[in-house]
Amino acid sequence: MSRAKPEDDEYWNSSKFKAFTFDDDDDEFSRLKESKRAMNSILVVDDDDDDDEEEDGVERVSWSGEPVGSISWSVKETASSIRSGSERSFPKIDTTPSLSKQGSGYSLSSLFKGDLYDTAVRTYAPELRKPKSDGKTENTSLWSAFSLEKFRSLQDKLLLLDEAVAVYDGNLITAVLMYLKKSLSKEILFQELMARDVALRHYVHYLKEMGEQKLLVELMKALGRTEDMALMQYKEHLNIKDEGQRRDFLKSCLGLPFSQDDATHVQDHYTLLERQIIIEASDKKADAEIFKKFPRKASILNMPIITTLYYSCFYHYGESEGTYSSPANIRKTFRISEKQYILTALGARAKLKSWFDVDSLFNTKNWLGYTKKRSPVGFHRVVDILQKNSAPVNVLQEYVNLIDSPELKLSVALKYKCHDIVINTYRDLKDRQELVVYREKLERDSPEYRKIQELLNNVQIRWKN
Amino acid sequence: MAHTEWKDAPGLPDFSLLKRLARDQLIFLLEQLPGKKDLFIDADLMSPLDRIANVTILKFCLYTSSLKYTYFLFFFCRLCFLIRPRIQTVKWISDLVNADKVAGRFRRYKIIFTPQKFYACETVLEEQGVYGDVTTDEWNFYILPLDDDILSLELPEFFRDNFLEGDQRWVTTAGSALRLLQSVYGSFSKVYGIGRCAKMVYESWRELMEDGEQRTRQPEFAKVFLVDRDVDFVTPLCSQVVYEGLVDDLFRIKCGSVEFGPDVTSSDKSIKVMLNSQDKVFSEIRNEHFSNVFGFLSQKAKNLQTAYDKRRGMDIQQMKAFVADELKGLKQEHRLLSLHIGASESMMKKKTKQDFQELLKTEHSLLEGFEIRECITYIEEHINRQVSMIDSLRLLCLLSITENGLLSKDYRSLKAQYLQSYGIEHLLTFANLRQLGLLEEQQAGETLTVMESKVGKLVNDKTVGKLTDAFSSLAKKSNFRALSKRLALVPKSGEEYDLRVPRDMAYVFSGAYIPLSCKLIEQVLERDGWTGMEEVTRMLNGQEFAVTGGSSSSEARSKTDAQRIVLVMFLGGCTFSEISALRFLGKERGCRFIVVTTAITNSSRLLEALLDNSA
Repeated sequence: MSRAKPEDDEYWNSSKFKAFTFDDDDDEFSRLKESKRAMNSILVVDDDDDDDEEEDGVERVSWSGEPVGSISWSVKETASSIRSGSERSFPKIDTTPSLSKQGSGYSLSSLFKGDLYDTAVRTYAPELRKPKSDGKTENTSLWSAFSLEKFRSLQDKLLLLDEAVAVYDGNLITAVLMYLKKSLSKEILFQELMARDVALRHYVHYLKEMGEQKLLVELMKALGRTEDMALMQYKEHLNIKDEGQRRDFLKSCLGLPFSQDDATHVQDHYTLLERQIIIEASDKKADAEIFKKFPRKASILNMPIITTLYYSCFYHYGESEGTYSSPANIRKTFRISEKQYILTALGARAKLKSWFDVDSLFNTKNWLGYTKKRSPVGFHRVVDILQKNSAPVNVLQEYVNLIDSPELKLSVALKYKCHDIVINTYRDLKDRQELVVYREKLERDSPEYRKIQELLNNVQIRWKN
Repeated sequence: MAHTEWKDAPGLPDFSLLKRLARDQLIFLLEQLPGKKDLFIDADLMSPLDRIANVTILKFCLYTSSLKYTYFLFFFCRLCFLIRPRIQTVKWISDLVNADKVAGRFRRYKIIFTPQKFYACETVLEEQGVYGDVTTDEWNFYILPLDDDILSLELPEFFRDNFLEGDQRWVTTAGSALRLLQSVYGSFSKVYGIGRCAKMVYESWRELMEDGEQRTRQPEFAKVFLVDRDVDFVTPLCSQVVYEGLVDDLFRIKCGSVEFGPDVTSSDKSIKVMLNSQDKVFSEIRNEHFSNVFGFLSQKAKNLQTAYDKRRGMDIQQMKAFVADELKGLKQEHRLLSLHIGASESMMKKKTKQDFQELLKTEHSLLEGFEIRECITYIEEHINRQVSMIDSLRLLCLLSITENGLLSKDYRSLKAQYLQSYGIEHLLTFANLRQLGLLEEQQAGETLTVMESKVGKLVNDKTVGKLTDAFSSLAKKSNFRALSKRLALVPKSGEEYDLRVPRDMAYVFSGAYIPLSCKLIEQVLERDGWTGMEEVTRMLNGQEFAVTGGSSSSEARSKTDAQRIVLVMFLGGCTFSEISALRFLGKERGCRFIVVTTAITNSSRLLEALLDNSA
């Protein structure tokens, strides 16, 4: 793979640009030369006298106004590489089916050499670059019409584009695309881009950066990338500040050709904002006790669904399902899973320290009428959330006791200092040693301490150690 | 400690030269503008600039300000903008110029783009009718040396532009950076690489080299390795547990310096600290697994105490000598020690709060492909509880890459829950992640495996292998599991791993995983090419290369230090964990690695670059 690639004619014989062959008549060659010259003029603005480009003596002014031997450089290099293609210090990578580099290297790459050689010179010897002709460049536009306008035929334009792609320079690709955008009809440009993925992605990115939303949507449509188009249009909502307008915009998005899943999500988005606007309007002036006790810190607009659910569990708990702001309604509208609902409601009610509500979240009655606690999430998770909301020990203990696995129960109890549970567990395990150790961690004469003391003195327990 | 300098280490080239070159050019450019002027600096350039030219050098400009999109009071009639070539910024400047025109103010404007101009930016000036009023220039500031062995292009946008948008605007920039290194420090004898971008960068660099004057000086590096970030997404998505990586994850190291808040400094002030090899305490712990750091620091503290204690029983003369020679050093060390102890404490606190152990356990299970259902449940609860949006996304991506995409029903349900928890606009983020292959729904993949197993019963193993190959080449898959097996990235579970005495690069992830990127580098250097790794490269979607410089054959024979220095260029960013792993590898193999990266990255930066949830 590391062989130096000999100059081959493969590209010229096999590619669709057959017209451009070296052994063809001079006309083609001069066309190619022209393309090169034009590309050079992107960088070298001051090239009104192209004919003497092989002369070193003429001072050149680069893009930024610095004198460089850009053109002469490129030509010399090109000449030498034709003569002895294999004498390179580093070989080319043998790239698979991409465009042959020969044709492109011929004109475009050489243009770089000029430019970057310039760069190197400037970096290492800044004094070499005296901005003699500063004013001159300033008045000339970067790549004024005359430079690229010579490329009139579609074939020439595309050759230009393909050459830019072949030297991997995104900057150059974009420059050519900008020219094509000006000089080709949308339909033709889109059509040609379809077969040119690299160029296409540059074009899309350029349009995004320029904020040309409308054209972008047209392009996606022309390419048949309807889902991308839909998402691109949907993205616009982020730029709309006013919530009413945003809601209306989202509504207008509902008909876009999203994928089936995404369509549901966008529908949810619209419904959510619609609800939020209603809730916000009424809560802003609400004077219920809860709003006075815990004033709202921020508006609920544009918050995620779960945050909205939390908000509703916090401020609107117990409202009937008929109201938009009730937890039950939100849960149903957005198809929230039981697990998710329990976790959110638990957080909100624990924050308010309404332990009764917490209890009833988990209470289920069995057929005999006994209440039993059941949870779709592990009770250790429940304890975790309760603890983070600083639940008192007795509440914590109740839930720690519900943890199934004895090991997990013990470790959670240890973590949150639920002494009773720890002590009882050790007692059940008949682990005298651990009890003794645990006793040392407790305050002397605390009830727990005394409890261990009693247990240790109890002769009826048959300790295992 | 594992990573103190070893005796035989080859010396590293002096990279401060790069800073000097960049500074000289900047000063030259600024001096081109006569008179006093207001200088505006792109916010993103403030830190890098600070590292090469402290603000006193810019004093003659009198007024500097970082560029944010607001209007300023202007003192002078000459404005100079030092910016990255971004269309948005140029638009903003154009608006400003046009506003001046309307108000009848006459000023001169100059934009200095760094590291280079883009046509698109200049065209904006033209379109806005200010071309000519505004002149432009380039400051070719390609490389910022962050440390003795870390060089950064400071282009975080490289990642998104190149890999997500498919815009190759930075390819020549990377090529030019290599060209710069080569011009200053001599040529390389061998170049290896993997990835589409790596190939392009190499080509671009080669084009540049062919034409520049061939320097015949002794090379200072032997080998270069170019690697695309998208070759290995797993590594940057893992939680970092070596000290430097952890500091980066939690406090965000910016341009080699970090701001420690009041919780670390135990005062009411924040302190900005430079983190590099100059910091003697830091340089000893930066590559260590976090679990070793506490012990090390407390030992250090004890030693320090003893050193201080020497004062006791000293006579005046000795005391004088002590104060003159040692005290300053001790004080310095004292300051650094208390800082790093404070940082470690604060990190411990943060990590306990977020149940770090459980998180790590999940990550390790994913890497190992073990108890995936439990992992999914964990991720689900993570999402349900609205814990860190980025962490949830990170785990989802890790799950998808290691499992070659999610089962359709899992993908849908997790995506729906994610959108519920963090906002529906993340639809756009999911589209981005899907495009990059970071978070995908298994397409027909399940049926493939089913088919394989069915076919497997009918034909012998060899054929199945071939069939599998054919199938996997159909879809662009991450193939992580197979790669991991092939390259032995995940050590067998159950084996004790002594983190104090690391035995391989896996120590940077608690012995659970050897970074894929670093493993590739190790293998290629060992084999001096890709021979024998055909299957691996195929699973990585090919694009590998290895080339030898023709002209340097005579130099290659001269066995100098330089032959043991390897330059590794990460295109799209690299993490501190990877740097630590390479330092370890270098020590094992008796060579030194110099890391060139487009930017330092970590899981948060990587994913944040792909978010699309705000305007």
